[in-house]
Amino acid sequence: MAKKEITLNVNGKAYQVSVEPNEILLNVLRDKLFLTGSKYGCGIAECGACSILVDGKVQLSCMIPAIAAEGWNITTVEGLADKDGNLNPVQQAFIDRAAIQCGFCTPGMVVTGTSLLNQNPHPTEEEVKDYFRGNYCRCTGYTSIVEATLMAAEKMSK
Amino acid sequence: MNTRIIPKEYNYTAPQTLAEALDILKQKNVRVLAGGTDLIVRLKMGSEEAMETMLDIKRIPELKGIAYCEKGAHIGATTALADIEAEIIKNYPALRDALVAMAAIAVRHMGTIGGNFVNASPVADTAGPVMVYGGQVHLKGPEGERVIPADEFFVGPGKSQLKEGELLTAITLPVQPADSGAAFFKKTRVKPDISKISTTVYVERDGETITNCRIAMGAVAAKPITLPEIAKEAIGKKASKALFAEMAAKVADTIKPIDDIRSTAEYRKAVANVMVAEAFEVAWKRAGGAL
Repeated sequence: MAKKEITLNVNGKAYQVSVEPNEILLNVLRDKLFLTGSKYGCGIAECGACSILVDGKVQLSCMIPAIAAEGWNITTVEGLADKDGNLNPVQQAFIDRAAIQCGFCTPGMVVTGTSLLNQNPHPTEEEVKDYFRGNYCRCTGYTSIVEATLMAAEKMSK
Repeated sequence: MNTRIIPKEYNYTAPQTLAEALDILKQKNVRVLAGGTDLIVRLKMGSEEAMETMLDIKRIPELKGIAYCEKGAHIGATTALADIEAEIIKNYPALRDALVAMAAIAVRHMGTIGGNFVNASPVADTAGPVMVYGGQVHLKGPEGERVIPADEFFVGPGKSQLKEGELLTAITLPVQPADSGAAFFKKTRVKPDISKISTTVYVERDGETITNCRIAMGAVAAKPITLPEIAKEAIGKKASKALFAEMAAKVADTIKPIDDIRSTAEYRKAVANVMVAEAFEVAWKRAGGAL
């Protein structure tokens, strides 16, 4: 198994990293790039805690070999705010609506909500719920998460 | 089980051309990576012990994307499920029914139609719509291309007509006749779950009469199946809710599902009795028929 030098484009920055073919993108993000926002939850595409954006669309970083992601346009939760640190509308709405309790699912939720609004700026409540079907929350409760996402959509359309 | 890592060593290769990929497939114990939503889970679970080489086919441009021509739609094997659902809505609504109901959006951004076929799960949701639309599976190997009708592609659980050294390159769907319609229905416990049972019904219509019919079922046999003998009985008959109920009862009588982790044989038969009739109704309406 040969290590390979690859370039990972994450949050607008090019990182040179050396990876084994069996290294998972989530672990490289967390352990080599120290971007610990994306979380390890289930490891088998059930929970959504490791959600990242690839070209603005949500994917699961626990299911991607890092070596396969060479050159992709990746955004993690750390890259959602703008350069001056202003939170994106979904992040801000999660705070305003208190859609956070323990916070473990939150990065995945915020990333998924951002993906939704990238594709569908005016979702209905049903569309929001449907889009979050793969993101598990075990303490906050989904009501505030769905409402926060709708609030963000409304704010963005103004 | 530690699902944080892949507890196995292997070589990785990501060719840019189909010819290179087919060359690599001549080696022993090569496994193909497309969306990874099945392969990576299996690797983490330790059920891909033999794999020596991971062949990533996502960097081969000709395997990706949807093209339309006068013959119909050509869907490249590595086209993501979500990209198909956005594209295919007008012409193949039953396929869209199946796609939007599959898994979570993140999985649909990754998973591919080629993967759904090659994994050959008896539950494969895209199989039913592709089969009833008369779709074909395109395979390429060292001896050239083979094109197989989708309803002959599946052999058993995890088994298909795909031979060692071959790659599934595309699924094609023919242009559908006017006054035809199809619908896909499935039952799951919660939305992102794998289906307990699924059905796809296709009808062609002349006035109030059914002139052609196809029925596919998922998760009721060792592979996704079609039921041509039963479907034939609807042809030439006047469409009605009573006929659809009768057809559903025949399907429920004929299928031989099993008890497994997702459901029971008894439940599957009971649900088929309702679901097939629902699928008939929607397919008939989509064909422009009234009831």
